[in-house]
Amino acid sequence: MARARLFVTLKEGILDPQGKTLLRALKSLGYDEVTDLRVGKYMEIEIDGTDRATMERRLGEMSESLLTNPIIENYRMEVEA
Amino acid sequence: MKFGVVVFPGSNCDHDCHYVISEVLHQDVDYVWHGSTDVTGYDCLVLPGGFSYGDYLRTGAVARFSPVMKAIEGFAGRGGLVIGICNGFQILLEAGLLPGAMMRNTGLKFICRFVNIRIETASTPWTKAASVGQVLSIPIAHNEGNYQVPGDVLEEMKRRGQVVFRYCSPEGSVLQEYNPNGATESIAGVCNREGNVLGMMPHPERASEAELTSTDGLVIWRSLLSHCGVEIPA
Repeated sequence: MARARLFVTLKEGILDPQGKTLLRALKSLGYDEVTDLRVGKYMEIEIDGTDRATMERRLGEMSESLLTNPIIENYRMEVEA
Repeated sequence: MKFGVVVFPGSNCDHDCHYVISEVLHQDVDYVWHGSTDVTGYDCLVLPGGFSYGDYLRTGAVARFSPVMKAIEGFAGRGGLVIGICNGFQILLEAGLLPGAMMRNTGLKFICRFVNIRIETASTPWTKAASVGQVLSIPIAHNEGNYQVPGDVLEEMKRRGQVVFRYCSPEGSVLQEYNPNGATESIAGVCNREGNVLGMMPHPERASEAELTSTDGLVIWRSLLSHCGVEIPA
């Protein structure tokens, strides 16, 4: 069994209302050094298999069909076999 | 004319749509379960509002893989009329039947109130009984209505007349202060290239009877009936 980590981030140019709100909140708490903040998603996936290339290919398919929306999101994955 | 109202787990405007179609428009209508793989015999399919699959991950992201969506894709590809309202619109976006994606409202709040929308084109089956610039008062009720679409895609959509509704002032001016959710260019509804698939965030089924204070939603239903050559009931 392997474990994969999927990091989903918003594409550049896509306005992130949550990130903007958190940025304002941090500033109001006095953290003036924060200049930008964007909220993403993190997923941990357990997967059966031993062949790394196959797992990566299948995880890529999963990411592009369901787990992310390629119009607004990018993703990066790490597979720990 | 025969309608099908698609029911996903978590749909909650399905009964309202069914009621308006049967009791106000006096047309045949069935519920179509999300597990159904056959949509033959229908003239128009309605994807209603709600919170399909709890809105988990992204709105519409899970519902788009329901068995019925394959059938709807084929139906739309053959020119069948499909309208997605609110969550139905979000599902059509995730399914790739309409261009773009939904983000959270810029104010991070669920907004439930009447808004004004302007008709941007009368060349679609959904707006042919209306005139360009006409303002409709129709309620919205959503948390993710912040429509986003890549710039080059938007330009092409505008050229092809795929932007159908924009949020506006009561007089019909499209101004940022009347944009409730941050949607790109105040877009409230779009159609596909062929015009047979429409997605809109406002709920026409909630503005189809005088008792509900606005009957402006009827413009969309009447356009549709007229497009299909149905005598419009008084």
